[in-house]
Amino acid sequence: MGSSAIVSIENLFKSYHRGDQVIPVLQDITFDIAEGEFLALMGPSGSGKSTLLNLIAGIDQPDSGSITIGGVDVTALSETELAKWRAINVGFIFQFYNLIPVLTAFENVELPLLLTPLAKAQRREHVEMALRVVGLADRMDHYPGQLSGGQEQRVAIARAIVTDPTILVADEPTGDLDRKSAEEIMDLMDRLNEESMKTIIMVTHDPRAAKKAHVIRHLDKGILNNAHSQDTL
Amino acid sequence: MHILKILFKNAFRHKLRTGLTILSITIAILAFGLLRTVIGAWYAGVEASSAYRLVTRNAVSIIFSLPLSYKEKIRQVDGVATVSYGNWFGGIYIDEKNFFANFAVDAKTYFDLYKEYAINDAEKAAFLRDRKSFVAGRKLASRFGWKIGDTVVLKGTIFPGNWEFVMRGIYRGKEPNTDETVFVFHWDYLNETLKKNASTRADQVGFYMIGIKDPSQAVRVTHDIDGLFRNSFAETLTETEKAFTLGFVAMSDTIITAIRLVSFVVIIIILAVVANTVAMSVRERTNEYAVFKTLGFGGWRIAGLIFGESLVITLMGCAFGVAATFPAAAAFGKAMGAYFPVFSVEMETVWLDAAFSLIVGLLAAIVPTYRSLRISIADGLRMVE
Repeated sequence: MGSSAIVSIENLFKSYHRGDQVIPVLQDITFDIAEGEFLALMGPSGSGKSTLLNLIAGIDQPDSGSITIGGVDVTALSETELAKWRAINVGFIFQFYNLIPVLTAFENVELPLLLTPLAKAQRREHVEMALRVVGLADRMDHYPGQLSGGQEQRVAIARAIVTDPTILVADEPTGDLDRKSAEEIMDLMDRLNEESMKTIIMVTHDPRAAKKAHVIRHLDKGILNNAHSQDTL
Repeated sequence: MHILKILFKNAFRHKLRTGLTILSITIAILAFGLLRTVIGAWYAGVEASSAYRLVTRNAVSIIFSLPLSYKEKIRQVDGVATVSYGNWFGGIYIDEKNFFANFAVDAKTYFDLYKEYAINDAEKAAFLRDRKSFVAGRKLASRFGWKIGDTVVLKGTIFPGNWEFVMRGIYRGKEPNTDETVFVFHWDYLNETLKKNASTRADQVGFYMIGIKDPSQAVRVTHDIDGLFRNSFAETLTETEKAFTLGFVAMSDTIITAIRLVSFVVIIIILAVVANTVAMSVRERTNEYAVFKTLGFGGWRIAGLIFGESLVITLMGCAFGVAATFPAAAAFGKAMGAYFPVFSVEMETVWLDAAFSLIVGLLAAIVPTYRSLRISIADGLRMVE
């Protein structure tokens, strides 16, 4: 695990509005994530962990505070700049996979590469490589509906890593999977972290999934508790 | 994988819904094309009219005649090259439903003036020799299966009695918009019969058809002709052939306006249908567009996906509609040949079909695109179909 911070979060506040009512979600969050770290964010429902993940991934904006990733303050970027930044720097893994049902596994993984200047042959090379990494090279012509939940999530992981992003963010990646598939997915993510030195930020309810992380941080009512490494568990 | 492939796959995700929408557009384009063609057919006579021809009629109304004696006076007007004349005969062939235009014309001058009616020399000579003969357009002869030498009887309505004619020639149109359904026979035959049976109606013509040397002098010539007969018992009204034909079309102006209106209403209705389909599709896929945004697809790309899908649907419908318009127009033209001698789909109609489809496709996508771009990624990801 590297020691320099790839993600630096300072004095982050986020609230939602329901009519006139202001509901604070995140309050004064400050912490760093080291390059190559595998971080698990845990906490009860409504604690703000998914909101924090979305803010780190650049798909939501805070009320105040800053998030610096790889030297870029993502809170200062415009919508268009954020979209470009996400395409290069963030690989997103969703709980419900969010694959496009009318596209094959290959085409789903190829989607982020359509935003790059890569030629067709180069795209194919990258997609096949990503699908090999997740062990689905033989299923590239299958549609999501023809795959199991675990396989779908592996395609989603291939889609997340195909652009070789700076960070991988995962929102309950095992939340919709049976135990065996969940273990396979966590092993795969562990391998990506160990072998490819991918920085992974994962939101999970599942203590078994969290065990794979190097660092676990707990959120409760929008307040971040102290981190503890797996060694201290 | 190309974006076009995604557009097609998205468009046909709900095959039945998209299929029905495309069918609706096809029918709308077909209806629009046919209605435009009907309007075009109405104006075909106007389009086919020559700038080198004037028409002189009774100033009071077309139903009143003019003396034959005007012919020589008109011929002497400066700028006049040819003078011909005729009468609307209004004869019925067997039954009223077999309607076609039939005129008594001055055989010697008629085909010299109407050069777009091509008739071979032998048939023309035979027509000129036989005072009880007639010449019919190719489509008219084909409609009733008439052949050279056949005898045809018309029942007179304006000029009572059974009138027997022998077919001596068939003319063909030199231009695509030339009317090939006209029946012409000798004015002399009509006049001689009238001299015997209704002498007060003899030596009267319904209208003069005048060939002029220079179209730029048309206004001056019309004034000169009408000036000759001012304050006479049968004053004249001379106008260009185009204005004369437009005068007839103007009688149906309200119907034409209604048809034109309906053709545009069809387009507005189809806009609502396509807009509904696109809105439903986009709303169902709010989550997917959020995923696209997460992957880095910017606003323009998301807009491109929605507009593209809308255009795929409308342009496919347009293509099918245009393809169906030609055979439908041919069948319609055949069935209604008596009323629309020239019934062909103009290229302008096809371009209008394409333009309206493009506009409908673009307009239908505006609101769904706006909504899709407005929703935040986080909210979009929470929405499940």
